[in-house]
Amino acid sequence: MTLDVAWAIDWVRRAATAVVEHREELVELDRQIGDGDHGENLTRGFTAVVAKLDALAEPPALVGDVLRLVATTLMSTVGGASGPLYGTAFLRAAKVTGLPALGPDGVVALLEAGLEGIVARGKAVPGEKTMVDAWAPAVAAAVQAAEEGAPASEVLGSAARAAHAGALATIPLVATKGRASYLGERSAGHLDPGARSSDLLLAAAALAAGAQL
Amino acid sequence: MKKLINDPQDVVAESLDGFALVHADLVRLRTDPTFVTRATGPVEGKVGLVSGGGSGHEPLHAGFVGLGMLDAAVPGAVFTSPTPDQIAPAVTAVDGGAGVLTIVKNYTGDVLNFETAAELAEAEGTTVRQVLVNDDVAVEDSLYTAGRRGVAGTLAVEKIAGAAAERGDDLDAVAAVAERVVANVRTMGVALTACTVPHVGRPSFDLPDDEVEIGIGIHGEPGRHRVGLEGADAITEHLLTPVADDLALARGEKVLLLVNGMGGTPLSELYVVYRRARALLGERGVEVTRSLVGSYVTSLEMQGASVTVLRLDDETTALWDAPVHTAALRW
Repeated sequence: MTLDVAWAIDWVRRAATAVVEHREELVELDRQIGDGDHGENLTRGFTAVVAKLDALAEPPALVGDVLRLVATTLMSTVGGASGPLYGTAFLRAAKVTGLPALGPDGVVALLEAGLEGIVARGKAVPGEKTMVDAWAPAVAAAVQAAEEGAPASEVLGSAARAAHAGALATIPLVATKGRASYLGERSAGHLDPGARSSDLLLAAAALAAGAQL
Repeated sequence: MKKLINDPQDVVAESLDGFALVHADLVRLRTDPTFVTRATGPVEGKVGLVSGGGSGHEPLHAGFVGLGMLDAAVPGAVFTSPTPDQIAPAVTAVDGGAGVLTIVKNYTGDVLNFETAAELAEAEGTTVRQVLVNDDVAVEDSLYTAGRRGVAGTLAVEKIAGAAAERGDDLDAVAAVAERVVANVRTMGVALTACTVPHVGRPSFDLPDDEVEIGIGIHGEPGRHRVGLEGADAITEHLLTPVADDLALARGEKVLLLVNGMGGTPLSELYVVYRRARALLGERGVEVTRSLVGSYVTSLEMQGASVTVLRLDDETTALWDAPVHTAALRW
């Protein structure tokens, strides 16, 4: 399947649906080790994104145009830490996807740029119980799948499966970045809400591409 | 959840509407984006002071907008930092030509959004300096966390830097005095109960009836450790001792003692805490020369308190004493 503008729009709409469906779960995860606003903030942000998409007279020409709309909307509506983090991720991804459609390398470039954006803003490294723990394995899996000659949709599928595993792997970790870090040892035993929402976003991208998860 | 709200989504906007109506002589509420400025507008040649953060900590920050303190406050959603496109227009709106100092509590979201906003405002031609408040001694080893949080000491930074700006100090000088306050102020808080964020609908954390949480931040997030519910004197010791130790207060030093309520604790109990904290400082030979007791940096309806100590010198004492006229603080 071609990962074109229609795919990007479908991704964003599926992501919004997933965030709304998992709002309570994200709130509860964040309530356990943060301050309980993650599900609410992302719901507010992605609801605004969908409203902007609905208001477009005609679809954008390039994949990056869709991602830039997501970036600016999240930055101006989400607040908290996740607004700038996801906003920067989508903004960086938009810069490398100024194309009508993405091939396997394009998917890798998108994911790498997204991860770079999150790292640049949040300064987290893998193992600190943050969204990086979902994104870093996703990028690694995407790179490997692309090298093995997988089609773009399967590169994305590999990334999403790795993001899901990476999110689950945050459960035993002790947080050293972000709000949960103040809990120290008590943060162990909880799934990181940012890693979980990253998992949901990348799953939405893969499902929109027709990948099996 | 029992609260005097209509729709959880509307709490912040409706609350700000009411606030602006009450204090129409002091503030103007701007919407789209949302921020609060002094009613009188920017003062030509005066450094502008802007702070902000999640809502739910009232009277912080909008309650401190006015003469001798802030020029603008930027409220986010409950317990959520405001966005850059809210903060940047607030910064440029209060630029009287002498630049703007933003006072930011050290929380990841606040830091990220204020940094981005500063870039946007500088692109518009406003010089911006930023001071990070990180007075919370509950965070034991900041090497392994996002660093110490900014809590009730923020009030002292805003008051003293506000007075410096009001007397005409330039941006570097205002930033320097703000940094000096940050370097000399420490806080520790306790929660007796958790609070309930309106859109969550359940308490932020589960706290047994016979335990208190020592070292909370101002978002109701859990803190350093839990101890059994003891008398007020014992709890006050848990709060004051790490604060005084961390400041390394020497005999003969003068301090400001602020006992802050988290929203659900009556003034009478805060005075009980103040009494013990002052006695403990006295035992260390430290003289309390300025005091403030009340609910200034709150966490919705949380029961609890924080104890803040600021080491004073002659200049910061004079700046603390300087006139202030805001909704929540005036003398």
